[in-house]
Amino acid sequence: MSNPQDTYFIPEPSKWPVLFSLALFLAFCGTAFMFNQYLATGNMPGFGSHLLLLGFVAVFYMFYVWFRDVIDESLSGVYNNQVDISFRWGMAWFIFSEVMFFAAFFGALFYARVYSVPWLGGEGAGAATNEFLWPAFENVWPLLATPDMTVDGLASKFTEIKEVIPAFDIPAINTIILLSSGATVTFAHWALKKNQRAGLCWWLFATVFLGFLFVILQAGEYVHAYNDLGLTLNSGIYGSTFFLLTGFHGFHVTMGATMLTVILLRSISGHFTKENHFAFEAVAWYWHFVDVVWLGLFIFVYWL
Amino acid sequence: MSYAETHEHHHDDHDHKPTGLGRWLFSTNHKDIGTMYLVFALIMFFIGGAMAMVVRAELFQPGMQYVDPQFFNAMTTMHALVMIFGVIMPAGVGLANWMVPMMIGAPDMALPRMNNMSFWILPFAFTMLLATFFMEGGAPAGGWTMYPPLITQLGDGFPFLIFTVHFLGVSSIMGAINIIATIFNMRAPGMGFMQLPLFVWTWIITAFLLIASMPVLAGAVTMLLTDKYFGTSFFIAAGGGDPVMFQHIFWFFGHPEVYILILPAFGIVSQIIPTFSRKPLFGYESMVYATAAIAFLSFFVWAHHMFTVGMPLAGELFFMYATMSIAVPTGVKVFNWIATMWRGAMTFETPMLFALSFVFLFSIGGFSGLMLGITPADFQYHDTYFVVAHFHYVLVTGALFALMGGAYFWLPKWTGHMYDEKLGQLHFWLSVISVNVLFFPQHFLGLAGMPRRIPDYAVQFTEWNMISSVGGFVFGISQLLFVWVIIKCIREGKKADEQVWEGARGLEWTLPSPPPFHTFTIPPKVDEATAHS
Repeated sequence: MSNPQDTYFIPEPSKWPVLFSLALFLAFCGTAFMFNQYLATGNMPGFGSHLLLLGFVAVFYMFYVWFRDVIDESLSGVYNNQVDISFRWGMAWFIFSEVMFFAAFFGALFYARVYSVPWLGGEGAGAATNEFLWPAFENVWPLLATPDMTVDGLASKFTEIKEVIPAFDIPAINTIILLSSGATVTFAHWALKKNQRAGLCWWLFATVFLGFLFVILQAGEYVHAYNDLGLTLNSGIYGSTFFLLTGFHGFHVTMGATMLTVILLRSISGHFTKENHFAFEAVAWYWHFVDVVWLGLFIFVYWL
Repeated sequence: MSYAETHEHHHDDHDHKPTGLGRWLFSTNHKDIGTMYLVFALIMFFIGGAMAMVVRAELFQPGMQYVDPQFFNAMTTMHALVMIFGVIMPAGVGLANWMVPMMIGAPDMALPRMNNMSFWILPFAFTMLLATFFMEGGAPAGGWTMYPPLITQLGDGFPFLIFTVHFLGVSSIMGAINIIATIFNMRAPGMGFMQLPLFVWTWIITAFLLIASMPVLAGAVTMLLTDKYFGTSFFIAAGGGDPVMFQHIFWFFGHPEVYILILPAFGIVSQIIPTFSRKPLFGYESMVYATAAIAFLSFFVWAHHMFTVGMPLAGELFFMYATMSIAVPTGVKVFNWIATMWRGAMTFETPMLFALSFVFLFSIGGFSGLMLGITPADFQYHDTYFVVAHFHYVLVTGALFALMGGAYFWLPKWTGHMYDEKLGQLHFWLSVISVNVLFFPQHFLGLAGMPRRIPDYAVQFTEWNMISSVGGFVFGISQLLFVWVIIKCIREGKKADEQVWEGARGLEWTLPSPPPFHTFTIPPKVDEATAHS
């Protein structure tokens, strides 16, 4: 603080924010056109999907160039401690916003399990609901057959679940994988703080490997669920909450593993020093967040 | 140490600003981005206002006059979406962008590029939303609350509506993160939390509300999307879900959202009233705690929007008492504003007139809110024009009036010119009279049983509807005067000095008017005299 002019860093004007907004706009519009066409014709490919692809590529390019600028600035040493702290605040509250995003889906799961399914089954305040709608429906969880199946049978718009995925099978293995990856990323951090680049890179590599292994096993579970178990997005509230929660989480694992890959490449290039490596820490925070969410999923979606 | 003293040393090398369109498109300057937010909000204000004019024209008489019912419902729905997400929120963020860095002695927002993206999302998002008017099935017409199953029956506009909400959520969350990083990390040395101007405090708290509630809305509309396109049954009872579940998730966002709209307004009023009473704000600390208490409680009252939906009795009681309890911190705030004026050397320039009318008229909206919060009474009022009157008192004479007061208050600082005081006061009086003619009769209509969101009504409601419509037209036209006052101020207003208002206190008033492109590139020293007003 001897020279106060050094305490502030304000970036030069940048093209990327407005172009990033445009890229997102294209991706959103493309998806919307695609959905409309799908509903009308049953076909996904077309104008919408091309626009989505364009938007998607543009979004990735924007991530690339924007982060490239930030990395260049960081490496050229124009960032000071205050910028570092701003990034920390930013990342921490971004993760909190993600927690709240998951909270909405967990809220849906708890609401279904505590209120809507028991009420449809006639419990408590739902006696009349049950009587008037589907009197033969009973409250069970996991909910294999939807309420309307008690009347419509096979004519129901939903599909019946034969079996759900047991917790102490692949999901338990996935839990061990993710928890181990939380440990390996910490070992990588320790290595970084001791300036051991080889250790850093190898532990990071292990983390990335475990992350993608998780995604692959999860994808295998989805194929199994769709092909063998009748567990789909279309199989009532169980399938809805199951796939939205695990799918949204799987999407986050994929993003986190991709971010870790970038950090691995940057580590190999020697971008990080033991004092200055917030990018590493930000991704590690994100990875731990993804880890903790999985524990919630394992307990409430698979186990209990 | 004032700004002028520290600024002398490097006066030449810091006030070069980018030129041309690039200055705005690629900006990393909080003042330019703040200006863009404010101009955007003003444009959207007239688009949303035009929709309201259609509504009032149709309701001038019973029977169907000008538009078909589907389009009428699209008007009420889009009016709400535009006014909430396109006017009040961006205007509040615009003021925060302009004022927060200057108030805390920071050179800019903490994350300037992200700041620009937060803004530029808005024009793109509203392009998507407004484009739905030209799609098969028309614009959203199921109400801004997007309740299923009605909303999922919307035509081609449906995914555009959903993605607009996602898009706006991205903008709001990035904006909120930026405000938090700025205030927590960029305060000038010596500026402690209890020296922050109240406007800054209300924005800290608003930013936390945004980060905690916008993602929940995103989650809710994502489930609408999958229900429509991927066969899920979150909100379909036949599949084990529940349409009421959407209402719970939506209002878990929706109630904090109404405080997102009003807390910055509280902050603005808390700056204006001390200035024109020439007294420090009464009960500064209690104001901070009251704001925090309101924000905290706002997460536990959501179901008062859905008392008639069929909840267990315990739920009805809990949400009734929780709602009532918000009146306590709100009462603290109103008391403090009045106590600030007590024995003050008051003058009544336009910002003060707007702030004063805010205190009166927002309180009316607050009290009608209390009436609605009483569960058994709400069974009578629910979905009537009483609700419409209530939330327009808190949003128009509340949030909007405070924003306009703030615009008049800070316009001389932004532009370096005084606005025309006579025209400003004319704008105020036209607005305050017409807005009461517009909304007060709607209380009577609601109590008499007129339902909201319908294009036609029983003949006994005719007189009050006519009066209300006349008030609406006058209010609408009066706002053109606002634009004229702003243009006149920029073009030919007389020069403003740095102090602008005799009673103004705080760092932003130590800067020249207009402030140079970059301010506080050297941290100012904060002492008691320049701390909060």
